[in-house]
Amino acid sequence: MYSIEVDKLTKIYGKGETAVKAIVDASLQVRPGELVAILGPSGSGKTTLLTAIGLINEPTHGKVILDGAVVADEGWLPGLDLKRIRREKLGFIFQAHNLIPFLTAIENVMIALEINHLTRTEAKSRATELLASLNLGHRLNNYPSALSGGEAQRVAIARALANRPKVILADEPTAALDTDNGKNVMSLLKKLAVENHSAILVVTHDHRMVEGFDRIFEVRDGVIVQETQRDV
Amino acid sequence: MNLAIRDIRYHRGRFILTSIGLGLLLGVVMSMGGIYRGLFADALAVLNATQADLWVVQQDTNGPFAENSRLPEDIRYRIASVPGVAQASPLSFQTIQIERQGKPFRFYLIGYDLNGFGGPPVITAGRNIRQKHYEMVAAKAMNMELGQKIHLGLHDYTVVGITGKMVSSSGDPAAYVSLADAQDIQFKKDNNAIRNDRARIAAKVNEIQIISPAQAGFLNQNITGITESTHIVNTVVARLAPGANLPDVQDRIQRWNHFRAISNEEQTHILTKGMIEKAKMQLGLFRIILLVISAVIISLIIYTSTIDKIRVIATLKLIGSQNRVIVGMILQQSLLMGVIAYGIGYGLISLTYEKFPRRIVLEPIDMQLLFLIVIVICTIASFVGIRKALKVEPAEALGG
Repeated sequence: MYSIEVDKLTKIYGKGETAVKAIVDASLQVRPGELVAILGPSGSGKTTLLTAIGLINEPTHGKVILDGAVVADEGWLPGLDLKRIRREKLGFIFQAHNLIPFLTAIENVMIALEINHLTRTEAKSRATELLASLNLGHRLNNYPSALSGGEAQRVAIARALANRPKVILADEPTAALDTDNGKNVMSLLKKLAVENHSAILVVTHDHRMVEGFDRIFEVRDGVIVQETQRDV
Repeated sequence: MNLAIRDIRYHRGRFILTSIGLGLLLGVVMSMGGIYRGLFADALAVLNATQADLWVVQQDTNGPFAENSRLPEDIRYRIASVPGVAQASPLSFQTIQIERQGKPFRFYLIGYDLNGFGGPPVITAGRNIRQKHYEMVAAKAMNMELGQKIHLGLHDYTVVGITGKMVSSSGDPAAYVSLADAQDIQFKKDNNAIRNDRARIAAKVNEIQIISPAQAGFLNQNITGITESTHIVNTVVARLAPGANLPDVQDRIQRWNHFRAISNEEQTHILTKGMIEKAKMQLGLFRIILLVISAVIISLIIYTSTIDKIRVIATLKLIGSQNRVIVGMILQQSLLMGVIAYGIGYGLISLTYEKFPRRIVLEPIDMQLLFLIVIVICTIASFVGIRKALKVEPAEALGG
């Protein structure tokens, strides 16, 4: 079973003559434990594809299946609690880490757990464990402003992993990092995909980082033009 | 996890400064309310301290506070003899301005019959007036020491007692002297004026051809006696006997004695509705304007703070946070700001209200009402931030 299945997904912004096709007939599948990239230049539609899979941006046509459950078929399925699905099944990693500036590292992870109805004690325990596993045990009570770019991104990864999601969606996770930190983040994602059996879909235009991916989908002008299987 | 508290803790400098600014504004609103209440208390201070049922004044006047009223002192006996009147006592009022320590100093002098009522309601230091002449009881606000002398009219008066917060309706501190002394201070002329008046009267009387010199001398003496008399009062206050009917007594005094008998209730109305109505409206309007300004400031602060947190809110939405978490954060911050600002304003006004030149009366009901208004303003003000926050799309968390 695939963790992510996208079938002929199309997203059109606007109507009539002003309509813009951001994504056209995109299809892809990601298996559990796989690290997959969507590669393409700015404006190619890769983030639109990610947001449609991430239940943020409603597809105009096509189907999205997450962890075996259909969530979109010619638009969102009626009666779906998108927030709950995002909370329980998806983890997000952002380009600029998007940590909440007024929460400490541990609180930034705990908030994702508390939103998912874990008790404070459980959340604290799991957040501590997660951050320690990412070598951030000594940074628990630091605010994001006191963390380096790499550390902040690792806290963001810990937050994305907090609820043990089946699917992790990452939007340019290495764009704000130098090459070394970027490579570290990529190897960390690869390790997590394998260990946690999560499907990780990464949007990137950073060709420096393509080596670590299992598969790469290249997007141009809203169309997936190439799929490359990498032997890693 | 309480996000509002976490945010405030992280941005505490900005939050404290904002709260102080808002607190100062609310302090001004509180002081306005206090001044408004103080106006009432001042206006009614003498009225309430006198504890009279009736104020008998010159016919067709609203005396003695709102208008001038002059009555012969001896009508007290006629008033006392009206059925239903238990006690009648004459009072005299005048505002005096003197030089004190090189500065103008105004006070309100009340003359009362030492055997009647209408004197100082309490003595907080020293004693009450015992001698008929040259003793004074001063209100605390006059800042006079026991034994200190003050020169008024032709004589010096010694402060023998201090009374509480007695003031005139315009807020000047009050002092009490015996009725005789008050009449002397108000009406007694100096020797030169007396000589001039006597000469003027004698000249006029001597011009009358139809009377003999002996009759002229007699007439001269009587007219002089009337013009030099100081036995004039501004009002005669009366207390009714138990069971007496107030309108009947009023009617009897007005019909047979040709004076106006104002009930305590009517006098309260004259003082509060007539004399301080405009000041009350002015203060009320000013309070409303300040509250509107506070509401606008709180709204702007909350809105700006929400704009600063757009990415945080988008991130929270993206990771599946429910709207109530975000709404709660904004609402709690707004309410906390209001509550802290209210506390600062209250603390400030509590520490300083006695130092104001005019009386500030902080009524608990006013404070509670203002607190409620602040809570309502903060709740409404937070709506602008909440509205903005609810419109934030999770997708805004993406990108650089």
